[in-house]
Amino acid sequence: MPESNSLTKQHLHISMRLNGEPREVSFASYKTLLEVLREDCDLPGTKHGCELGECGACAVLLDGEPVLSCLIIGAECDGREVVTVEGLAKDGKLHPLQETFADCGAAQCGYCTPGFLVTAKALLDRCPNPSREQIKESLSGNLCRCTGYQQIFEAVEASIARIAACRVSGNSEVV
Amino acid sequence: MAAVIPPPGEHLHDRKNLQLIGKARRRVDGRAKVTGQTKFADDLQFPRMAHCKLLRSRVPHAIIKNIDATRAAARPGVLLVLTGRDFPIPYGILPVSHDEFPLCNDRVRFVGDPVAAVIATDPLIAFEALDDIDVEYEPLRTFSDPEDSIQHSEPRIHEYADKGNLHKLVSLQFGDVAGGFADADHVFDDVFFYQGNTHLPIETHATVGTKDPDGKLTVYSSTQCPHYLHKATAKALDMDPAHIRIIACSNGGGFGGKSDVFNHEIVVARAALMLDRPVKICLTREEVFYCHRGRHPVTMRFKTGVKNDGTITALHVQSLLDGGAYGSYGVASTFYTGALQTVTYHIPKYRFDGCRAFTNKPPCGPKRGHGTPQSRFGQEIQLDKIAVKLGIDPAELRLRIIEQPNTLTANFLTVRTIGLRECVERVVRMSDWKNKYKKMPHGRGVGIACSSYLCGAGLSINWNEMPQSGVQLNLDRSGRVTAFCGATEIGQGSDDVLVACVAEILGIDPHDVRPVTGDTDLGPVDLGSYSSRVTLMMGNAAIQAAERARDLLAIAVAKKLEIPKERLVFANRKVFDCENPLKALSFRDAVCAAETMHGTIGTVGSYSPPKSPAKFKGGGVGPSPTYSYSAAVVEVEIDPRTGWLRVPRVWMAHDIGRALNPTLAIGQVQGSIYMGLGEALMEEQEFRRLPERLSNALVHKFPSMLEYKSPTTLETPEMYIELVEDPDPTGPFGAKEVGQGPLLPIMPAVANAVFDAIGVRIDEVPITPEKILKALDAKAKGKDPRFGPASFPSVPYPEPIIVTPPWEGGDGRAANEPEKKHRTEQNQGARNAAWHDAQKLMNEKSNPEGASR
Ligand code: FES
Ligand code: FES
Repeated sequence: MPESNSLTKQHLHISMRLNGEPREVSFASYKTLLEVLREDCDLPGTKHGCELGECGACAVLLDGEPVLSCLIIGAECDGREVVTVEGLAKDGKLHPLQETFADCGAAQCGYCTPGFLVTAKALLDRCPNPSREQIKESLSGNLCRCTGYQQIFEAVEASIARIAACRVSGNSEVV
Repeated sequence: MAAVIPPPGEHLHDRKNLQLIGKARRRVDGRAKVTGQTKFADDLQFPRMAHCKLLRSRVPHAIIKNIDATRAAARPGVLLVLTGRDFPIPYGILPVSHDEFPLCNDRVRFVGDPVAAVIATDPLIAFEALDDIDVEYEPLRTFSDPEDSIQHSEPRIHEYADKGNLHKLVSLQFGDVAGGFADADHVFDDVFFYQGNTHLPIETHATVGTKDPDGKLTVYSSTQCPHYLHKATAKALDMDPAHIRIIACSNGGGFGGKSDVFNHEIVVARAALMLDRPVKICLTREEVFYCHRGRHPVTMRFKTGVKNDGTITALHVQSLLDGGAYGSYGVASTFYTGALQTVTYHIPKYRFDGCRAFTNKPPCGPKRGHGTPQSRFGQEIQLDKIAVKLGIDPAELRLRIIEQPNTLTANFLTVRTIGLRECVERVVRMSDWKNKYKKMPHGRGVGIACSSYLCGAGLSINWNEMPQSGVQLNLDRSGRVTAFCGATEIGQGSDDVLVACVAEILGIDPHDVRPVTGDTDLGPVDLGSYSSRVTLMMGNAAIQAAERARDLLAIAVAKKLEIPKERLVFANRKVFDCENPLKALSFRDAVCAAETMHGTIGTVGSYSPPKSPAKFKGGGVGPSPTYSYSAAVVEVEIDPRTGWLRVPRVWMAHDIGRALNPTLAIGQVQGSIYMGLGEALMEEQEFRRLPERLSNALVHKFPSMLEYKSPTTLETPEMYIELVEDPDPTGPFGAKEVGQGPLLPIMPAVANAVFDAIGVRIDEVPITPEKILKALDAKAKGKDPRFGPASFPSVPYPEPIIVTPPWEGGDGRAANEPEKKHRTEQNQGARNAAWHDAQKLMNEKSNPEGASR
C-alpha cells in the first residue's frame, strides 16, 4: 500500500458543472466523487451506505446519467456535469419528485432518499410516462430499508402528472 | 362543533371531529428529507475535527496478552492511540449485564470486538495506522452455537452467566399445564428454527464527540436511545452526567440496531475530551455487521393441547437463543420469546422455559419485534397444522380462540382493546381467502397468520418510578410553540407525532410547532425509540403539556372576551366563542393575552405507564399499556422444479387504535411487510469457520450488503392494507403502535402459504428454494414432508417459578419465590392498586359470545 502521506498530500484540481454552477475543487487524489462532494464541496446531501456499489444511497447524476458516486473517482469528473439532491430544487421551488416524495411518505428516515430522487429524475427525463414495472426496474439498484418501496413507486407515479403540468405551463425550469 | 376544552370525563380517544389527527399529511420533517438537509451524524463537520478508526479482533476468542501501539502512535498525523487500559469501567444496556468495555480489556470474544482506537488528523491516516498496532493473543476455545455452549461450560465467555456458558436460564409456569394437556383431545409438539438476521439500516453508525468551550462533553450520535447512551457514557467515563450532553441525530434507519450503546460512541467521547477537539467515527458497512445486536437465532419447541373445536387447553413453549458474545438486551430478548403468546389467543395454562447461550459471535439484541417474531413464527405455523388436523379453516380457528378484550392473561398481562377479530375478518374478505385457500392450482397458495405487539415496554430498563417520557412546551408572543422532548426521530415519524399532538390540542398548524428532540440537554427524558413506545408515551405526555398550555391561554382569553372559558374553541389558529365564532382572538393574540396575564408561558407533561399486576420474577417483560394486533394473508407462487418462491400479494389489517397520520402509519405497515418478507425469504446472518491453517476463526459468511440479501424493488409484492381503528383509551387520541407489530405475521404466513401451495412444511426461516426442494424430495420419498429441525436440544432449564393464573385466584405473585425485600409501603400500595384495577378489568369484561371458553 502506498504511504498515506504521499497519497493524502497529492492533490488534484478539477473543474466541473455542479448543480448548474461552475465549480473548481481540489482534493486528495484518491478520493471518490462521493467523498469529494461530501467533504470538499460541502454537499452532504449525497449519502453512503456501503461505499462498495451495493446500496445506491450515493447515486448522483453524471452528465445526466445516474451513477454510484462511491465507485467514481473524483479525478474522472473534470469537465463534466454533476447533479446532486441539492441541485434538484430550482428558484426556491422543489422539484415535483421532491414534493411527491414528501407528500406520499416516500421518505421515512430519508437516508436513501437523495439516491432515489436522482435515479427517478433520470428515469423521468428519459421516459416521461413510465409503467410501474419500468419504475421498479430503474430503481432496483437503490435499497430502502424503511418504506417497503410502495410509497416510493406511488411518489414517482404522482410526480408524472405534476411534471407534465409544469411542462404545459411552460415552467420547464423546474424539470 | 365540539368545545375544544372537553368537559371532564370526555375522553380524547372518543373525540370525533379532530382537525389534524387522522388526516393524511406530509410529515413535518418531509421537506428536510427530500432536500437532503436532514443532518445525520456523519454529515456533521467541525473545525479541527479528528477522525477515529477501531482495530477489531481477527480472532474469535482469546486472552489479550499484550498490545504494542508504539509504531502507530509515532506515525505522522496520529494524535492518540487508545486501548482497553484507557477504559477500566464496564457498561451495558441492562443493569444485569454490564459486560462490555469501550475497548476490550483482557479478552476478545468475537471477530470484530474492538481492541484499540487510533485518532488521527485524517481518516486514511487513522486507518493505515491500525496496521501498526501489534496485538498478542492467547487463543481460547471458540463456541459456535448454543448446543456447543450447553455441552461445554469451560472456558466461560463471561463469568457472570447463570451457568457455564448459558447466559440466562428461566422457567415460568402459570397453572396446571400437565392437567391442561391431559384435558386435551390432541397434543401437538413441534420444533422450529428461526435464523438470525440483522437490521441493515442504510446509514452506518456514526458518532462525533466534542469538548464544548466550557469544558463539558457533547456527543452527537446515530442512536435510538440518547438517554441510555447518556447513562452509559457517564458510567464508563466516570463523569457527572450533568456535564454530558447527548444529541441523537436523525437516524438513517434503526430497527433496533442503534438502540444499544456502542463501543465507538464512548471511545470518541473520551478521545474528544483528551484531545480537546472534535473526534468523529463513521463505521464501515463491515463494522456494522460486527456491531449487530440483531435478531437472535432461536430454536424453539411448541407443545399445545387443543380440544376438537380448536380451544387451547395448555401451551408449553421452550426456546434456546444464540446470544452471541455479550449480554446486550439479551435477558429481555429471552423473556420476550415467551411473553406475548398469551395476548392473542386464550391460553388457560401456560409454561415457558427460556435459555440464552453465549457464543463467540457478534452480540444479538433487539430487532423490530424484539424476541417475539421467532416464537410468533412457531405459534402461527403450529396453529396452521392444528387447523389442518382438526379440519377447521385456519382463519376460523383463530377467530374461535382470540383472547377477549379487557382481560388479564395467564401470565398477568393486561390486555385492553383487541381489534384482532376485525383484522382477521378484513384480511379474509380483502384477500378473497375463502375462494383461494385450498383452491388454488398446485404451486400457488395462501397462508394466514396473526400477531400482537407492545405499545411500549411497561417497565423501564432502569427500574424507577420516574416518568418514561416528558414533553416541555414553550410559547411566546410571536405565536410560536416549541416542543421539547428526548424522543428520537429514526424515520418512524416521532417528530410528526409530537407536533401533531400539540397542534391538535392548541388548534394550530403543525408548521407552527417546532420540535426539538433527541437532545439530553434541551428536552426532558424520553427513554428512546424502542419497544414501539414513543407514539403512546410521548404522545400522552405531549397532550398533557398542550392541555396545560391551552388552559393557561383559555383563562386569559375568556377574561378578554368576557365569556366563560368552557365556551372557547381552539381551531384554525384561532381561539373563539363556540356560540359566536366571530368573537375570537388569533392564536398569537391569545398567547399575548396569556403572557400578559401569567408571565412567560411554559408547560410540561409526562407519562408513566400503568403498573403491572405481575409480581413474579420475570413479570417485568411483556407488560404494556396496551397491545396492537395484526393479521396477514400472504400469497405465494412456487416453481416445484426449482423451489423458486415468489410473493405476488400480501393483505394486512392492523389494529392501530387510531392512525394519527395515515400516510405514515401505512408506511410503517408496508415497511414491516417488506422487512418481514426479507426475513422469511432471504435474510440470514450466517457464519463459517476459517480453515485450521487460517486461524480456525468463526467469521461472517456475508459481512457485506451484496451478499447479505435483502429485498429490492423487484421483489416488492402488491400490498393491500387496512387500518382497523377502534381508539384505545390508553393511547394518545386512541392510537396504538404500528412500527413493529405488522412485521410479525409475515414470516409464518409465508410458511403457511407454502404448505397450501405445495403441501410441505418449512419450519424455519429463511424459506429458501433449497429447503423447499429438500422438503419436496422428502415428500416424494414418502418421508415427513417437511424441512426443519428434527428435535429440540436438551437444555438444563431450572425448576419453574409457579404462578397461579388470575382465573384460578392467583394474585400475580409466585408460589415458590421468596418475597422481595426492601419493598417500600408506598410501592406495595401502588402494586395493590394496580392489582385492583386489573381485577376490575376482569370483572367488567364482557363475554357476549363466550366463543372460546
Ligand atoms: S455507498 Fe455507493 S452504492 Fe452504497
Ligand atoms: S427511507 Fe429509510 S432507507 Fe429509505
